[in-house]
Amino acid sequence: MSEALVLEPAVATADTVADIIDLGLLSARRIGARGTIVRVHAPDDELERRLLELGFVEGARVEILQEGLFGRDPIAVKLDDMRVALRRREAAAIQVRFDHAGASA
Amino acid sequence: MTDTALAPARLALVGNPNTGKTALFNALTGSRQKVANYAGVTVERKEGVLTTPSGRVIHVLDLPGTYSLRARSPDEAVTRDAVLGRLAGETPPDVIVCVADATNLRLVLRLALELKQVGRPFVLALNMYDIAQRQGLRIDLEGLSREIGAPIVTTVATRKRGIEELVAQAEALAGSMPMGENVWHEPSAEEIRQAHSEAQRILRAYVRPPERPDTLTSRIDNVLLQPVAGLLILSAIMFVIFQAVFSWATPVADGIDTGFVLLGELVGRVVTNELLRSLLVDGLIAGVGSVLVFLPQIIIVFFFILLLEDSGYMARAAFLLDRLMGVAGLHGRAFIPLLSSHACAIPGIMSARVIDQKHDRLTTILIAPLMTCSARLPVYTLIISALIPSRVYWGFINLQGLVMFGLYAAGLISGLVVAFVIRRVFWRTASEPFMMELPTYKAPEARNVLLNLWQRVVIFMNRAGRIILPLMILVWALSTFPYPPEGATGPAIDYSFAGLIGHFIQPLLAPIGFNWQMSIALIPGMAAREVAVATLGTIYSVGDVEGAGGAVLQHIVGSQWSLATGLSFLAWYVFAPQCVATLGVVKRETNGWTWPSVMFVYMVTLAYLAALGTYRGAVALGWG
Ligand SMILES: Nc1nc2c(ncn2[C@@H]2O[C@H](COP(=O)(O)OP(=O)(O)OP(=O)(O)O)[C@@H](O)[C@H]2O)c(=O)[nH]1
Ligand SMILES: [Mg+2]
Repeated sequence: MSEALVLEPAVATADTVADIIDLGLLSARRIGARGTIVRVHAPDDELERRLLELGFVEGARVEILQEGLFGRDPIAVKLDDMRVALRRREAAAIQVRFDHAGASA
Repeated sequence: MTDTALAPARLALVGNPNTGKTALFNALTGSRQKVANYAGVTVERKEGVLTTPSGRVIHVLDLPGTYSLRARSPDEAVTRDAVLGRLAGETPPDVIVCVADATNLRLVLRLALELKQVGRPFVLALNMYDIAQRQGLRIDLEGLSREIGAPIVTTVATRKRGIEELVAQAEALAGSMPMGENVWHEPSAEEIRQAHSEAQRILRAYVRPPERPDTLTSRIDNVLLQPVAGLLILSAIMFVIFQAVFSWATPVADGIDTGFVLLGELVGRVVTNELLRSLLVDGLIAGVGSVLVFLPQIIIVFFFILLLEDSGYMARAAFLLDRLMGVAGLHGRAFIPLLSSHACAIPGIMSARVIDQKHDRLTTILIAPLMTCSARLPVYTLIISALIPSRVYWGFINLQGLVMFGLYAAGLISGLVVAFVIRRVFWRTASEPFMMELPTYKAPEARNVLLNLWQRVVIFMNRAGRIILPLMILVWALSTFPYPPEGATGPAIDYSFAGLIGHFIQPLLAPIGFNWQMSIALIPGMAAREVAVATLGTIYSVGDVEGAGGAVLQHIVGSQWSLATGLSFLAWYVFAPQCVATLGVVKRETNGWTWPSVMFVYMVTLAYLAALGTYRGAVALGWG
């Protein structure tokens, strides 16, 4: 809810021209944020492969369902048809194009 | 190769975690392996056998679930090795049954593409098809089958639906297909991506999204996973369990106890030979009986843990506690092994296999025996009912239940402290990533729960018969012979072997307030914790009172032990490694005697120090 219409300064790509494109890391968002994964990249190749195998792959839909009490960590996300718990540290490897109320993505 | 047509075939069940492989294995082979609603239930390979209608024998292999053959944790390595035939003297299975949760096909399709490279024929079992149908999921089975190049069978493992069809398909494949070459290699990130888009393409073409997707799980999670409410609910659940252990079991336990008292009296009257009567009444009925009384409590603990496991709540609890466990340097997934350890540390230690990082896993194994396993209940209950008054506060909190809860908490908290010390002082490596599937909630299956409880009863009775009974005969003999010399003045038992040994080691334990009976009870008590109670029952019964265990033993403890001694005994049992089976499993899981030795030494040290502190403190408070 709170993330709606807030433009992340983080990453701008070439095609930000017409649409409001809200790109950001999954780890930086709060409950309710949802969108499509655009890039999965971890400095550690092993982690990247594990995220991919668990279904965090470009094109998959994600939504943050819940956050933990301490440091809002870990997060529970809906990933396509399944639910996964992970820590924000790992979620930092996942870049998402977030949906907006009103803005067509 | 026509003559191989009737040779036994080997079939392996492979698939993502929690898709129903074990349920299918049980349906296929009539086994009773553990089935529960969280990822990582099965951690070792299990074999079973079935005979097809045509008379062919098929060996079925149940394997731990995995997302990929590129194994990371020890349980996944078991699956990889079995599928690739890497174990010594083994070839890959003749047929692979790829088990899929029909409601979540994307990941398993990718795994199926990986399995294809192994070069063995495979069948895709679309399990949980009942749920798929309920959700109105439409799958073009023929098209999908053509696309992946393997037959598809829809199954409902828990209802045994689709089993014959699966067997028929597997049998057909086992005979006909020529074995392909194994071209599997660890996929790179790029290859995983490609396989994903391939799976995605197949999915788009042949599966239509559900008309009535499950919303129940989301609605439940909205409450249970909330940061504050979720933790409060979790604590409330734990509190109810530990209170129930104390309050609900009492009526049944009293009934069993009365039964044994009557039995003891009956035997006492019927059997006239004095020595035989003593063996039966003091050795067997007082000894074994004093442990059987605790069956109801053990059942209650297992009952609750089964409900948590079967509903899908376990993974949620791990989510809620991840950060707290992290403070102690533990992995969030360690919660499941640690909660299982409240039933028994042995399956708990084994389920630590799902943790891939070695230090995380060893830490979990080392502290698992500190969790209050059900074998501690007889000891705790005996002392609490004998020495703690039964008072009720605010109408629902029983003081005895509260002390029991305190003992559970003591086990848990000291486990976390030990983990903290290990991870902050000895192994300061970074923790592994925590990523875990949160399964769909399911109503626990009554049949599954009852079956599991029944298995517990059988195991418990088995232990009573095979371990406790022979040990009690031994304890009885040791505390009866030799007879006191002519003209001896003290109690006869003081002259027996047991008396001599007890008096010999008691000075070592005197600083922590143990009397000689307690000291000797610790020795057979190494076999299993509850044996100490049985031993006390026998020794006291031989020693003075003519009668059975249970209430009589409780009375003796209440009148002969000081509160300080009782509390010290409790403190000892929170920490002491009084279970050889646990040490044996640790040896197996860590491949050597190093870790069981470390565990033994640290636990005995803690036990002695805790008992010493408790005893001194209690004496200082005037409870000596
Ligand atoms: N409704 C329904 N539930 C099922 C079916 N098959 C299995 N289950 C349930 O799914 C859960 C997981 O079953 P398991 O057999 O333990 O799954 P597994 O694949 O062996 O899991 P791991 O050993 O952890 O990899 C349990 O709660 C089962 O009761 C099915 O066909 N229909
Ligand atoms: Mg299983």
